Amino acid sequence: MNALEAINLSKTYSATDGFFIKNKKNIRAVNDISFTLKENQTLGIVGESGCGKSTLARMLVGLLEPTSGTINLQDKNINQYQRQELGRVIQYVFQDPLSSLNPRKTIYQSLAAPLKYLHQHDHTQIKEKMLSIMSEVGLKEEFLDRYPHEFSGGQAQRIGIARALLADAKILILDEPVSALDVSIQSQVLNLLNDLKRKFHLSFIVISHDLAVVENISDEIAVMYFGDIVEHNSSQKIFQSPHHPYTELLVGSVPTLNKQFADIQTKHTELPDPANPPSGCSFYSRCNYRSDKCQNNKTPINSAQKTPFVSCFHPL
Amino acid sequence: MIDFLKIVAKNRLAAFGGILLLIIITLSILAPILPLKEPNITNTADRFMVPFEGGHILGTDHLGRDLLSRLLWGTQLSLAVGFAAAFIAATFGSILGAIAGFYGQKTDNIIMRFIDMLMAFPYILLALAIVAALGPGLFNALIAVALVNIPFFARNIRGVTVTLANKEFIEAARLSGMSNFRILIVEIFPNLLPMIVIAMSTTVGWMILETAGLSFLGLGSQPPQADLGSMLGEARSALITNPHTSFVPGIMIFCIVMGINLFGDGVRDALDPRLKKGSLIRPLPQTIYEGGDTQPQPSTKLLSVQNLSTQFHVNQDIYQSSNDVSFEIQEGECLGLIGESGSGKSVTALSITSLVASPPGVIKKGSVNYKNQNLLALPYEELRSIRGNKISYIFQDPLTTLHPLHTIGDQLLEALQAHDSELSASESISKSKELLKSVQIPNPDNLWDVYPHQLSGGMRQRVCIAMALINDPELIIADEPTTALDVTVQAQILNILNSLRKERKLSILFISHDFGVISQLCDRVIVMYAGSIVEEGPVKNIMQQAAHPYTSELIKCVPQLGNKEHALYSIPGNPPSLNQLPEGCAFANRCKYKQDQCLKESVPVSSKDNRSYKCFYPVGGVA
Repeated sequence: MNALEAINLSKTYSATDGFFIKNKKNIRAVNDISFTLKENQTLGIVGESGCGKSTLARMLVGLLEPTSGTINLQDKNINQYQRQELGRVIQYVFQDPLSSLNPRKTIYQSLAAPLKYLHQHDHTQIKEKMLSIMSEVGLKEEFLDRYPHEFSGGQAQRIGIARALLADAKILILDEPVSALDVSIQSQVLNLLNDLKRKFHLSFIVISHDLAVVENISDEIAVMYFGDIVEHNSSQKIFQSPHHPYTELLVGSVPTLNKQFADIQTKHTELPDPANPPSGCSFYSRCNYRSDKCQNNKTPINSAQKTPFVSCFHPL
Repeated sequence: MIDFLKIVAKNRLAAFGGILLLIIITLSILAPILPLKEPNITNTADRFMVPFEGGHILGTDHLGRDLLSRLLWGTQLSLAVGFAAAFIAATFGSILGAIAGFYGQKTDNIIMRFIDMLMAFPYILLALAIVAALGPGLFNALIAVALVNIPFFARNIRGVTVTLANKEFIEAARLSGMSNFRILIVEIFPNLLPMIVIAMSTTVGWMILETAGLSFLGLGSQPPQADLGSMLGEARSALITNPHTSFVPGIMIFCIVMGINLFGDGVRDALDPRLKKGSLIRPLPQTIYEGGDTQPQPSTKLLSVQNLSTQFHVNQDIYQSSNDVSFEIQEGECLGLIGESGSGKSVTALSITSLVASPPGVIKKGSVNYKNQNLLALPYEELRSIRGNKISYIFQDPLTTLHPLHTIGDQLLEALQAHDSELSASESISKSKELLKSVQIPNPDNLWDVYPHQLSGGMRQRVCIAMALINDPELIIADEPTTALDVTVQAQILNILNSLRKERKLSILFISHDFGVISQLCDRVIVMYAGSIVEEGPVKNIMQQAAHPYTSELIKCVPQLGNKEHALYSIPGNPPSLNQLPEGCAFANRCKYKQDQCLKESVPVSSKDNRSYKCFYPVGGVA
């Protein structure tokens, strides 16, 4: 059984120029993407700002309605789930752990919500379940009476993870799970996620701009650029031997120890206009390997959900 | 609650208003048990007695009724009506506003257009119309006053609700299976409460005035019942002959409204989160310096920071953000300053030109030697000619550095002319465009009339670098300039900084949390941990062999791509908080190599060749 399946998913936002000008523009955010998340696996989605990865994440948990395409959760269409039923299947761990907690509620109140509303547990069940999950994620019992502002970023992120686990959902969408944390703490949280995945048989989709984080935690990785998945491969291979020119550029740009400046591409880095997307490959203007074919022809999309997949006429 | 009252009491005017109000309220509540004369018994023989005549402390009115008694009973009534109106208006207004803001779309449209319609009438006219329709009487006046004030609450609360409804914690609640109605009650309402209280405290006074106004016109309380407005209305005809009958209720209204407004302002200041954060406290243009006239040691380098200690005094706590920090920067050198959040790296950099917000920041001791003068002790005017001029800054978030309402071109011109007023207009324009070219903006003309929000993060940061270059600085302090940027953009910005430095012989102090970035750009590096420098030396040597255990762990944390087996590394534990620094080594509780000595003794700095470190038991065979 697949944990999650996205088929030809697209999202366009419509915007008007002004109150009197009825010139409707369609802003493209996610463009016809397909992928599968197998059970007990982690799929990483990487991309830079503006590539549509957050829009994608919010569609997968039902916070946003896709413009077209289908999402199946555990082989059942997302539209067939009630709100509470959906919450028991899929949960979202927010990028900014502090702003996802109500500032005027104690941690106990925030953590009790999924147990109360998704599972209708009574008070003693709530307390029991909560304490067991809190010890799993490394939180102390005395935290329960505190308010969000009293926590460091690392602790707040653990609270966010605990809340998702308490919903007892088997699929977690993690949006930039460690980007708010210091490097010396990041892998503490990543290791915790890996342990939890094994213990509770979870499936993850991890969304991040940080290649190293995604490589570390994922089984498969999809690279997004301007709303498209441009490359999809196993995490062992994708950054070791990139096939799409954009993946190559990303890998080359990551600052690592002892890298020289000469290696880095310094051409312009602006994205195309999302209200007026290019007719051919969206990476055309930045690409070192482009040909005339790339300018006007649509690059392939991964409807068949194969891996490895690369959306390029001249793969490396 | 006690804390809240303490904050209010700090504001003397608010405390005065509060006490005044408390006295008035107590007196009016006590009216039934005070030894007062009957308020409604007429005795025309004793009419218009002046104060203290015939046992009437405040005199009598045109029907010979005791004014003191009528005043206290009337105040009781006016206060009750005013507060009740405020409460009713707040309840209904907030409910409407919260529903409109939370559900949005059609619901919002219908409710808010209705509110707009209410607002389109002049409020007193509307109140008059309502009373006219319902008939005169205090209760109807109350309804009228409450009704005309509903729009005020509805609009305020709707605005706050819209912002709240888009917050992540609301989405989190939705994913927890809560229904919309429950989210509104359980998640949103507690966050609205302070806003409602603030709005109420600033409008109660106004409502008391409005009810008094209606009573004055004879539409509110009916004779013989007294309220402050009707007392004024009845005294009007005797205003010239017996002014005390008007003064008594007039002064009372004045005192009530004054007291409420002063106290309400205090409440608002105490509850408003923006004011709590101290955003209205204007920091001094220069950090407070308690080093007196410390003479810096002579130095041959461009800039020499010596024994700098910067603290933050918040309530009773002292945060030691920068603790006896010393380093030097040579001409044309790129010095990296690395540390995690809260390590004091930014505070150290801001202290160099006294930019630390003060209060609460204080530079306790130390000096900064720049051209044989102590920058920290310079008078403001002299400091200003160096800050932003010879020593300029680039910050993490370019959107906060650029002015949102001016075009890029205007901002560059202004910066240029502020420091060199002799430049002609055409010269300034061509110089600004040259600067934009030097930060690899290919076509500066396209950028000239553009506003900052129209640019991408990378372009904005380039404009900021161009602005930092305007007055040919000798030193650029770059505080995490690429942290907010994407990796491909980061690579470009680093490239620009590197080539600028070579072309212009610039010195750069580059602050970062990322050893990868530092190793690409910098010659030397300083490692900070919990406010202190723990290691310093050439980047290459430190990369090969770090002396301090923290440095070596931090280097291990740098990810290596394309090698999945290389697990991400983390340092167990958390750094100590800066207001509770331990006696010995601050890193000891996370250190693999710690000994008893590390926990007890303060660690001296050891130097060898061109490196130094602060550790008893250095690693990597450095000692």
